Amino acid sequence: MSAIIELSGISKQFPGVRALDNVEFSVEPGETHALMGENGAGKSTLIKVMTGALQPDGGTIRLAGKEIRPESPGAARAAGIGAVYQEVNLIPTMSVTKNLTLGRLPRKFGLIDWSAARAIAKAKLARLGVDIDVERPVGSYSVAIQQLIAIARALEDDARVLVLDEPTASLDANETERLFEIIRDLKARGLGIVFISHFIDQVYRISDRITVLRNGRRVAVGTVEEIPSLKLVSLMIGRELEHVEHQRPSTETVTSSKPILTAKSVGRRRLLEPFELDLRPGEVVGLAGLLGSGRTETAKLVFGAIRHDSGEIAIDGHPSSSHSPKSSLMAGITFCPEDRKSEGIVPELSVRENIILALQSKRGWLHLLSRKEQERLTAEMIAALNIATPDAEKPVGQLSGGNQQKVLLARSLVSNPRVLILDEPTRGIDVGAHAEIVTLIRQLAAKGMALLVASSELDELLTVSHRIEVMRDRRMVGEISGAEATREKIIQTIAAAS
Amino acid sequence: MKFAHWLTGTVFGASMLLAGAPAHAVTIGFSQVGDEGDWRPAFSKDMQDEAKKEGIDLKFADAQGKEEEQLKAVRAFIAQKVDAIIIAPVVVTGWEQVLREAKRAGIPVFLADRDVDVTDKSLTVTRISADFNLEGRLAGAWLAQASKGQCNVVELQGTVGAAPAIERKKGFEAITSQFPEIKIVKSQSGDFTTEGGKKVMEAFIKSTDNLKGICGVFAHNDNMQLGAIQAMKEAGLNPGKDFLLVSVDYVPAMKDELAKGEASASVELRSAIGKYIYPVVLNYLKDKKELPRWIKIPSDLHHAAAPND
Amino acid sequence: MSTPTPGTPASPKPAAEQAQPSALKALLRHRLVWPILALVLVLIVDAIISPGFFQIRIVQGRLFGNLIDILYRGMPPAMIALGMAVVISTKGIDLSVGSIIAVTGAVMAWRIHEGDSHYVILLTALCVGLACGLWNGFLVSVLEIQPIIATLILMVSGRGIGLMINLLYGGTNPSFTSPLLQGLSTGNLGLVPTRLVVGAVMIVLVWLLVRRTAFGLFLESVGGNAKSAWLSGVSSRLILLSAYLISGLMTAVAAIILTADTHTSDPVTSGLYSELDAILAVVIGGGSLAGGRIYLDGTIIGVLVIQALTTSILTSGLPPEYNLVVKAVVVLIVLLLQSANTRAAVVSLLARRKG
Ligand SMILES: Nc1ncnc2c1ncn2[C@@H]1O[C@H](COP(=O)(O)OP(=O)(O)OP(=O)(O)O)[C@@H](O)[C@H]1O
Ligand SMILES: [Mg+2]
Repeated sequence: MSAIIELSGISKQFPGVRALDNVEFSVEPGETHALMGENGAGKSTLIKVMTGALQPDGGTIRLAGKEIRPESPGAARAAGIGAVYQEVNLIPTMSVTKNLTLGRLPRKFGLIDWSAARAIAKAKLARLGVDIDVERPVGSYSVAIQQLIAIARALEDDARVLVLDEPTASLDANETERLFEIIRDLKARGLGIVFISHFIDQVYRISDRITVLRNGRRVAVGTVEEIPSLKLVSLMIGRELEHVEHQRPSTETVTSSKPILTAKSVGRRRLLEPFELDLRPGEVVGLAGLLGSGRTETAKLVFGAIRHDSGEIAIDGHPSSSHSPKSSLMAGITFCPEDRKSEGIVPELSVRENIILALQSKRGWLHLLSRKEQERLTAEMIAALNIATPDAEKPVGQLSGGNQQKVLLARSLVSNPRVLILDEPTRGIDVGAHAEIVTLIRQLAAKGMALLVASSELDELLTVSHRIEVMRDRRMVGEISGAEATREKIIQTIAAAS
Repeated sequence: MKFAHWLTGTVFGASMLLAGAPAHAVTIGFSQVGDEGDWRPAFSKDMQDEAKKEGIDLKFADAQGKEEEQLKAVRAFIAQKVDAIIIAPVVVTGWEQVLREAKRAGIPVFLADRDVDVTDKSLTVTRISADFNLEGRLAGAWLAQASKGQCNVVELQGTVGAAPAIERKKGFEAITSQFPEIKIVKSQSGDFTTEGGKKVMEAFIKSTDNLKGICGVFAHNDNMQLGAIQAMKEAGLNPGKDFLLVSVDYVPAMKDELAKGEASASVELRSAIGKYIYPVVLNYLKDKKELPRWIKIPSDLHHAAAPND
Repeated sequence: MSTPTPGTPASPKPAAEQAQPSALKALLRHRLVWPILALVLVLIVDAIISPGFFQIRIVQGRLFGNLIDILYRGMPPAMIALGMAVVISTKGIDLSVGSIIAVTGAVMAWRIHEGDSHYVILLTALCVGLACGLWNGFLVSVLEIQPIIATLILMVSGRGIGLMINLLYGGTNPSFTSPLLQGLSTGNLGLVPTRLVVGAVMIVLVWLLVRRTAFGLFLESVGGNAKSAWLSGVSSRLILLSAYLISGLMTAVAAIILTADTHTSDPVTSGLYSELDAILAVVIGGGSLAGGRIYLDGTIIGVLVIQALTTSILTSGLPPEYNLVVKAVVVLIVLLLQSANTRAAVVSLLARRKG
């Protein structure tokens, strides 16, 4: 079978980084081709080149045998290559209709024909089996639905290639399954799919072939049978992944010590039912639950980013009268948000400035960390978290998604907090780094830090947590201590509460 | 200080002779632009004072620089059935409609200050205002006389495109072009402001090597001239003594400069012009005789006590 | 002055690892290259059209010449532009600076008329600027009104307030004399005009505040991502408020110099359009209206480009009808050179030329 799209000899140089080096990549019709690699390996860059969002320094792109040079994502889409980028690019305040038809609005007598536009939007969604109110703003829908809207937007009627960059990063199991059904359906219609994900099991469930990138070079390509998962991981990271068999953390050592932070029936009307929570030194508390169950809200409320309107939060036994990010920070509590684009990074600022931001604001504006000190701390964090960046002065916005996430983690860690609150700490982080972060969390706890970790990945929670609080419908519905925690038990707890 | 009057002949005298108090109290609506600068508030005040003297019932409306306010005021005058309307227009265009309404109501409209742009000239009776061109000519004539027809002049223009700037320049050149030895060697816009005049003069000083060979400065208004005087003094030059400085407006600060001899002459832009405007209106109300399209208010030139005078 | 910024050749290490590091390419990428080039170009054109443009003499015991004039006339705009740079770095804008000049000038003229001591007047003027900044800052940070709208309010009303102050004592564009104020504005310290010394001191103060305290980092983080800054413990509100306060204060400094310069204050015209020049200077200096970065050095160069242009137009003998067009064309060229796209095109063209 001949390839529907074929990239050869693609190179792309950024200041200080060779993001792509003579890369070959092709997709056949009816195939799902997974693009794998560590954070910063060049995956997003490759698909941006393929879809006209970036211009390559060298190399050719052939679509159905004909050479093309897409000038922009719009041009690529018109040619039949649709893409959903890592950071979803819909306009949340605009209606679904407008998002889906923007730039191609149907006209009648020179005026926009809104009823035709609505029909187009509905038809586009129908092809994916989605039926929603197209008049509502995109932002009012869940991330999963937004993801589907973005796919619908990417697909022209005669689309031949669909590129998905980490589409499942913020989806739960059911939503992921729904997306996969859609992908299978599109495959059956002869589209070529490019799939990027750090969830190795998902890759094997949906893909036919795998291409592995490392440091901008293609290091392997083959069918899923040819590249089993262990081999895949070692190809990605360039060495064998040391398999650390994590001991379940034991609870005895910590329950005795005094809690640093205590939440006494704190809650917020219409957002979170009142709950109790203790964070003790040396203890990792996990927050489990489905998407929308209130994990993020709980984490934010404990940090002070959401104000509580009932109950009381005490730090070291003293009630904290005005609980805010600033007061938390001063008390040695830091927070790493889940949404790195809107709440996390300051894209224009350098890696260094992003990393020291929280520490600096804790010190106050008059006590500027010396440049030397800043550089020392940054270098330390870059090394400790293995952040892939040519230098500390690179604007964070230019790092790959996973490395941005690591910078956020570094920001929380660099001020040596007593309590660390992590919301989806491994989202978009590659397998190697994933294992490193899990290890890091355990080490931090061992050193006496108190951690609160919200995550949609149960396995991750199970390996790090001494205690898991289970959430459902914005309520804490149960607590499972580490020793007895299993996947099934958590799922049961979620299901049982009603 | 000595004042010399440079009166020019206008059609004024005739209409003034015919002025007489009408039998009943006349009601006049006056729509003023606003109260920016020095000149306009003084003009408004004079119109009110003069109305009292003439026994006119004056309805005064300040448009605050807004076109629509002015249209509103004029319509209100029409509704009140005033005997005549005087307008100092905010803008030149957009008058056709409301003037037609006035005509239909049989109310004559007079313009003070600026002109309006209408195709049907019969919509207004006449325009009574100062003549910028004449001001320029007066300044030019004075400079020609004082320099005995030999002078290199630098010019500080008003805001580019503004009617006073265009006309004063034209008038000045109309006179000076008669003298082959009078040349305008530098000309720039100082935007009618003191700061602008100062900036431009500073640049002139540099580009002419301390005004070498320059004998006169013509500024389209006093504010710019005041700035120019400061710039010259800061550069160690002697304005008024080594240079002839002539400008237009005759603002209070310029009076002081003339008294000190740091400026040479200034053409007065009269603000006390009610005494020119009301007689025209009153006469017209009496005999409805056709008037020239434009009745020009005379200008005076004031100059310093010059040593060579 | 050195503003530490990314992408400057300050970090040569990764460049060395590149295929062929070309010094020229690196230089072309430096953000100050284009503004400086623009400045040099304007000055070269000046030298050609008016010989002796660069001449500096001593007249009446002070330095005298076109170059001095550029600095001298550029000082008040530089003050305003620095304040504007601070505001713009927070993703804001201050349209009211022209009106702040009008109000400050009117208050000064009034207090001089009332016979206040000149030191008191100086202080009063600074307080007026701060009060205006406080008002803007309050609207933006506490009431969360969009900066362009919030500052528009004072922009529109400020000149009216100035006229009302004149009415307080029946002054109309009063003129006055004040040895202290005029000394600051038009006097000299030794050979150097005093206002240049005042300007240098203010520049150093702003630079210290922005680069030698964490204030600059906080400004940029609030401008770059306010939510993220807040979650990192930065008091976004306080930072926004201080940005407008600084803009008000710097504008008041400019107003003092400008008012004392002409010994008069005209609320209708003083400082007219100064907000546009200030914004332009920030942009020429590499700042983006999207906020997130502050370049003090670039902003000052931006002011000098605009001022050099103005001075050269005045000395060129070009009919004044062309002033605005010439200015617009030059600014357009500078901004084109600034734009990343044009720059990339130029860089790749040069690279191709080399083969
Ligand atoms: N706009 C840019 N400017 C400069 N460098 C960039 C830019 N975009 C990406 N890079 C660099 O190119 C390299 C590859 O980045 P890319 O985003 O393709 O990685 P990725 O494989 O998608 O990683 P992740 O799994 O973390 O999303 C990184 O080192 C990154 O810093
Ligand atoms: Mg990526």
